[in-house]
Amino acid sequence: MPQHASPSRRPSLLARLLFGAAMAGALLPAWAADLRIGLSSDVTSLDPHFVNIAPNIAFSDHVFDTLVKSDASGKLVPGLAESWRALSPTTWEFKLRQGVVFSDGTPLTAEDVVFSLDRPATIKNSPGPFTSYTKQIVRKEAIDAHTVHLHTASAYGPLPLDLISIYVVSKKAAENAGTEDFNSGKALIGTGPFKFAAFRKGESIEITRNERYWGAKPEWDKVVFRILASDAPRLSALLAGDVDVIENVPAADLARLKTNPQVTLAQHTTWRTLFWQLDQFRDQSPFVTGKDGKPLDKNPLKDLRVRQAISKAINRQALVERTLEGLAEPASNINAPGIFGYNAQIPVEAYDPEGAKKLLAEAGYPDGFSLTIHGTNNRYINDDQVVQTVAQFLNRIGIRTRVDTQPVATYFGKARAHEYSFALLGWGSLATDFTLRSIVGTIDPDTGWGSWNWGKYSNPKVDELVAGALAAVEPAERERLAREAASVALGDLAVIPSHHQLATWGLRKGFAYDGRIDEFTFAHEIRSAR
Amino acid sequence: MTAAAAAFTPAAGGWRALARAYADSPLALAGLALLMVIVAAALAAPWIAPQDPYDLSQLDIMDSRLPPGSASADGSLHYLLGTDGQGRDMLSAILYGLRISVAVGFSATLLALALGMSLGLVAGYAGGRLDAFVMRAVDIQMSFPAILTAMILLALFGQGTDKIVIALVASQWAYYARTTRGAALVEGRREYIEAARLLGLSTPRILFRHLLPNCLPPLIVVAALQVAAAIALEATLSFLGLGLPVTEPSLGLLIANGFQYLYSGRYWMSVFPGVALLLAIVALNLVADRLREILNPRLQSQ
Amino acid sequence: MTLFLLRRLLQTAQVLFVMSLLVFVGVYAIGNPLDMLVDPQATAADTARVAAALGLDQPLWVQYWRFLGNALQGDLGTSFLHGTPALQLIVQRLPATLELAVSALLIAVLLGIPLGLWAGLRPDSFGGRTIMAGSILGFSLPTFWVGLMLIMVFSVHLGWLPSGGRGPTREFLGLEWSLLAPDGWRHLLLPALNLALFKLALMIRLTQSGTREALLQDYVRFARAKGLPPRRVVGVHVLKNIMIPVVTVAGLEFGTLIAFSVVTESIFAWPGIGKLLLDSIGQLDRPVVVAYLLLIVFIYTLISLVADLIYAALDPRVRLAGGQAA
Repeated sequence: MPQHASPSRRPSLLARLLFGAAMAGALLPAWAADLRIGLSSDVTSLDPHFVNIAPNIAFSDHVFDTLVKSDASGKLVPGLAESWRALSPTTWEFKLRQGVVFSDGTPLTAEDVVFSLDRPATIKNSPGPFTSYTKQIVRKEAIDAHTVHLHTASAYGPLPLDLISIYVVSKKAAENAGTEDFNSGKALIGTGPFKFAAFRKGESIEITRNERYWGAKPEWDKVVFRILASDAPRLSALLAGDVDVIENVPAADLARLKTNPQVTLAQHTTWRTLFWQLDQFRDQSPFVTGKDGKPLDKNPLKDLRVRQAISKAINRQALVERTLEGLAEPASNINAPGIFGYNAQIPVEAYDPEGAKKLLAEAGYPDGFSLTIHGTNNRYINDDQVVQTVAQFLNRIGIRTRVDTQPVATYFGKARAHEYSFALLGWGSLATDFTLRSIVGTIDPDTGWGSWNWGKYSNPKVDELVAGALAAVEPAERERLAREAASVALGDLAVIPSHHQLATWGLRKGFAYDGRIDEFTFAHEIRSAR
Repeated sequence: MTAAAAAFTPAAGGWRALARAYADSPLALAGLALLMVIVAAALAAPWIAPQDPYDLSQLDIMDSRLPPGSASADGSLHYLLGTDGQGRDMLSAILYGLRISVAVGFSATLLALALGMSLGLVAGYAGGRLDAFVMRAVDIQMSFPAILTAMILLALFGQGTDKIVIALVASQWAYYARTTRGAALVEGRREYIEAARLLGLSTPRILFRHLLPNCLPPLIVVAALQVAAAIALEATLSFLGLGLPVTEPSLGLLIANGFQYLYSGRYWMSVFPGVALLLAIVALNLVADRLREILNPRLQSQ
Repeated sequence: MTLFLLRRLLQTAQVLFVMSLLVFVGVYAIGNPLDMLVDPQATAADTARVAAALGLDQPLWVQYWRFLGNALQGDLGTSFLHGTPALQLIVQRLPATLELAVSALLIAVLLGIPLGLWAGLRPDSFGGRTIMAGSILGFSLPTFWVGLMLIMVFSVHLGWLPSGGRGPTREFLGLEWSLLAPDGWRHLLLPALNLALFKLALMIRLTQSGTREALLQDYVRFARAKGLPPRRVVGVHVLKNIMIPVVTVAGLEFGTLIAFSVVTESIFAWPGIGKLLLDSIGQLDRPVVVAYLLLIVFIYTLISLVADLIYAALDPRVRLAGGQAA
């Protein structure tokens, strides 16, 4: 019985809430081998090659496999390919696992792999195609039934990483199949741990165990995913026992959920790292003025000392503990710890408001200046709160800071058009060289470098190191170059790292999950627990 | 008819008669008193609030989410109603938020009422093409979601109180137009309007001196409701991230922001602003109800 | 009468045209969906290819012109994110929303009119005052707040009703309906109540004020003086007097119920078109937004037509606008 020790006579709101949840749970029959999961975002299509968005990928992983997989901590591990190696800088050999069959009983062959690598480019109406992961491959060869050679135009180290995003479909089932055929289940034939049962768009998806699965079979006979996009209903579905597992537990409820005997929490540091992008190309930045509101003669954000001052002014520990209620870790890198290329030598900037003021004065702004900072309000954990808190910190060192937060729909377009002076972005990637290429690489539309470099930072040294890393097919060499590139870019404060997000899953008693760095909720990795 | 005209022309003694009639209801008087207190508190917020909740340099994240009655970390402030997720004093935030909510609610409603009423009257009275045109515009507007309007304004012009007012007016004028037009259709065919027309009175005079007062009672009911609805819609837009700047929260935004903490027992962040909003709206409706009774020509004729 | 209907049909077509134009320009102004969706590794050429495949590379007027051409053939475009025809997406989800809206309207009318009559007939009684005070609460609290409270009380605390989702449905006329399934109505109750609350308050107040006015009208006073039984006075004379505003508002409210079920649907995870609209606006999935709004405006004009016809039937003094102006 909750809270009997409490001195108050009336049970608290929470006590009643927990009690109600416990009662509701007790009334339900035990579903030994069924699993019900509350997802926080909608799966728009079951075609694994249609649109590259996280909820769709998460679903695909239940029914399909990839040649290379990433484990819960982001390390590459064998999938349908037992092994792979670079035969030459431009040729890779992938050996397929023996004895793998699709859920309809047909065996997996190299033909299916080649077909699957070709298919993304044939889907014309996708707003977010998977072709980014296949375009490096200029030629595919099925050497025998279980060997595939992939040729790239130039040396390209991250090829195995790219392949974790390309799901292998059955050529027999998917040839001539459209997106509709996947949604109806007709073409949805894979080698993964589950097979398709039902899809109610915007509402739920059901899958059942694939008895022909080549790996360790999941515990669950049947899994039902329910789309519960709003926080409160998702949480209450868990408390009321309507689902067994939910993802993205709202930050505000963590502390109290920890005391609920019916619920356990699983947490994992994720790849999503938040950082601030600063205008480093304009001499007059649109959202920077003097305190009198008049334009300044130069852009203070271009001055390294000002960027250092800003970084020192941010109390990351307070931000993480207070604003994010413990759902993050202070960041020094642009990628999370454990990610390929993470540079552990870079320390987290210590909170030092006095040092910050001194640096501002040295840079010629003893009285600070005025600044408007931008961020999202529906994308990251407590994002609008994070923006406000950082504004508080900046105000304290004399930078008079205003806040503007928007939904992503309006935000990203403006940010990518370089309209902001100081803007928040969260990035998740499994490799530092990839991140650096997109975020701090010198902008070049023709190569796709710097496509999310909002502040137009540019440093030839960084570009050279990143290019070197991407061309290195030897992993150790590639990682060394990526680390060095990160340390140069972060030494310049090309972006100001803020924090790494944690992901939280809520599970009813009797279920266990270790969590994943990529934030995905995989039914095949959820276990029953005593 | 004559009584209505008298009530609407505050000529000699009109106001005094109105006040006397109003004072007949003690409940309405209490409502008026409450409304005046609220408006006074809202107007005086900068002088009576312990903190300027919109000035980020006065907030301290270390004071965030403190329960009512806590003292600030540096001991300088006493948070009577607790603090929010940024360490903002709830009492100050409520006083300032009241200002914004009341201002947004009233200005949006008055603008929408003026616009919708005029269009509705003209449409209902004139009929024909004009009527058809206005009514189809109403159809478009009524099915155009406020969320989309707000998002377009946000994308084009950025955040701000004025944009929210425009979005609210844009989504509410049609309501008044429709209601006024319905009433005008009926009233416009009554004998006294025919008579006024036969007497050769000018159209504006017929519209605003004769037709309007008789269409007004349902409009006042709707308008009083719509001030509340405007405030609630503003809160909803803020809840969806399309409303006011987060650093300048209205009551609605405070409720929306605080709601996420309700499950975890940190009630003060949404319950106190909720109570403030409720009091404001109840007071407003008590006053509006009484005014409606006094001003209604049909209730007057007794 | 035929002329009237023809004119309205023409007007509806004009309205649909204007609406599609407005939405097209509006969503275009919000932003480019590709900014959110195209892979960070994509080169300018990759992005251009995607834009071209979706027709987003063309100037706005060309995009609109193409849309019009397709729309006239019944094709309202394909959802960017779902890869399926927008209209099909909406039609699949329409029953869920219609069911919710009809239930909410029924709650509002069936509870609102009797309560409003009661309050109007006995304005100074305790019951009358309580009803009116309660109605103030009904519209002063933001819908999302009430919805979350309902979930907290009835699902989490009491555990009586499910917290969200549509639950089991049964097929009828080729579509899925909750009301027909034994457990479906339990899922429907909370969202319908949440959606109805505001309309219920409005109904109570309109009926109450209409009743009070009607009681003072000469014909009602005359009927009472003549000694007609109160039941008949209320039933015939009072109800008739208040019907016009009530029908107008009920009609309008049905439209708004559908159009603004967005908040309720998203709070109760109700898989209707409101939720679809919210997601589609958030992801700038323009074909869905356009198709949705065209459908809504179409339903709206239909409702407004029906409301006008009912007026004419209820009150012979109202002439149908089209009849005289041709």
